[in-house]
Amino acid sequence: MNHPLHVGVLALQGDVREHLEALLRLGVDAVPVRRPAEIAAADGLIIPGGESTTMIKLARNFDLLDPLRDRIAAGLPTFGTCAGMILLADRIIDGTADQTTLGGLDITVRRNAFGRQTDSFETDLALTGLDTPVHAVFIRAPWVESVGPAVEVLGRVPDRADLGPAAGRIVAVRQGALMATSFHPEVGADGRVHELFLDLIRTR
Amino acid sequence: MDQTPEATPSTGTSRVKRGLAEMLKGGVIMDVVTPEQAKIAEDAGAVAVMALERVPADIRAQGGVSRMSDPDMIDGIIEAVSIPVMAKARIGHFAEAQVLQALGVDYIDESEVLTPADYANHIDKWQFAVPFVCGATNLGEALRRITEGAAMIRSKGEAGTGDVSNAVTHMRTIRAELRRLYSMESDELYVAAKELQAPYELVREVAEAGKLPVVLFTAGGIATPADAAMMMQLGAEGVFVGSGIFKSGNPAQRAEAIVKATTFFDDPDVIAKVSRGLGEAMVGINVDEIPQPHRLAERGW
Repeated sequence: MNHPLHVGVLALQGDVREHLEALLRLGVDAVPVRRPAEIAAADGLIIPGGESTTMIKLARNFDLLDPLRDRIAAGLPTFGTCAGMILLADRIIDGTADQTTLGGLDITVRRNAFGRQTDSFETDLALTGLDTPVHAVFIRAPWVESVGPAVEVLGRVPDRADLGPAAGRIVAVRQGALMATSFHPEVGADGRVHELFLDLIRTR
Repeated sequence: MDQTPEATPSTGTSRVKRGLAEMLKGGVIMDVVTPEQAKIAEDAGAVAVMALERVPADIRAQGGVSRMSDPDMIDGIIEAVSIPVMAKARIGHFAEAQVLQALGVDYIDESEVLTPADYANHIDKWQFAVPFVCGATNLGEALRRITEGAAMIRSKGEAGTGDVSNAVTHMRTIRAELRRLYSMESDELYVAAKELQAPYELVREVAEAGKLPVVLFTAGGIATPADAAMMMQLGAEGVFVGSGIFKSGNPAQRAEAIVKATTFFDDPDVIAKVSRGLGEAMVGINVDEIPQPHRLAERGW
């Protein structure tokens, strides 16, 4: 690719601005996308944090499901954080009755797995591809219950007894051009996780 | 990687509290009084629901003291939906807030819509792991609430009226005061802090950033998709809708239309499309016709 990277952030609902700011700090061209033509023009796509049930409903109402699914299936590098991870998962546990996903990642996610808001937390987390831990913010976050054979696990909650049912859970994954985290690397100034995603786009 | 981070996970931090509000941006939070209404709101695409005893229009019509919801009702609402559940506590009523935290609500609204419990002090919100949203009519009020620990601000408007004019006034006031602060010389900020009746350190932080350190939603009188779109264009980061939905002719359809309008707030074609065939909007009351002592926005200081 010779032109500067043009990365779209799905702007139906959620912390779109934080992702745009993180991308702009890394020197790429970042734009909010809400329409099929905007999605078609992107070199990569970020699905932000937010409310997954709201986002998937808006995507359906505004005829974005097929354009998104088609581009993801055709290899569009896509990164989902929190709600974005849920939208990229092939299977959900604890979704609403009619909750569908875009799919693409051969994973099963459990929605609101860590509990309610008073259980939301921040912690340092080791991540494959980073030399030092990243500071990870988990907000009513999902975790990955199980992964298919093609999925690479990038990060887990430390496997410590004091962390209860959260111990050892998978919270960051990659499969082909798709990447997802349970936490919010866009919250805070550490751009390294976004840099990992940009590497994914550049190597396509 | 074999290095194991040693840091222990921390809950209830400012970042985590403010973070949930960040995730609600661009969304609609709907007042509900029953689990059935909560389900309708979730199905319509609400990002969260607000549990309360009576919607503001009924509080106005019926009078009396308005309090936190019955815990059984809140449990029922938490059980009915998977989206975040907020609930209202009276201004200054820290024991109601303690109860709501114990019930597991995701956000507490220390709200002027309920009858205040303390006419001098608001709740010390730093004492809680659950985050708080508070109303404000101007920047000074917003900054005082943030000083007390609020993790999200909503402009107050005038709840239960279906009259959007006060929501507009309050949002415009807060945004204008933010712009004024941003334009000031650093040696003028001491007096600005005095005038805003807010701590200098916070005033300086806001002056440098040009925006609040927390998310700013709008509330109070939003009844139509166009109301939501206007408030978003005026700088709101999301919308609270109270009586506007369940006091209208077709709540499910109106709720969904307001959700769509909030996402596509800058696209008049979408707003026109979703505004069609919604049936009756809530009847509404002009704020000017409400005697001063009955205006909810004037509660809180």
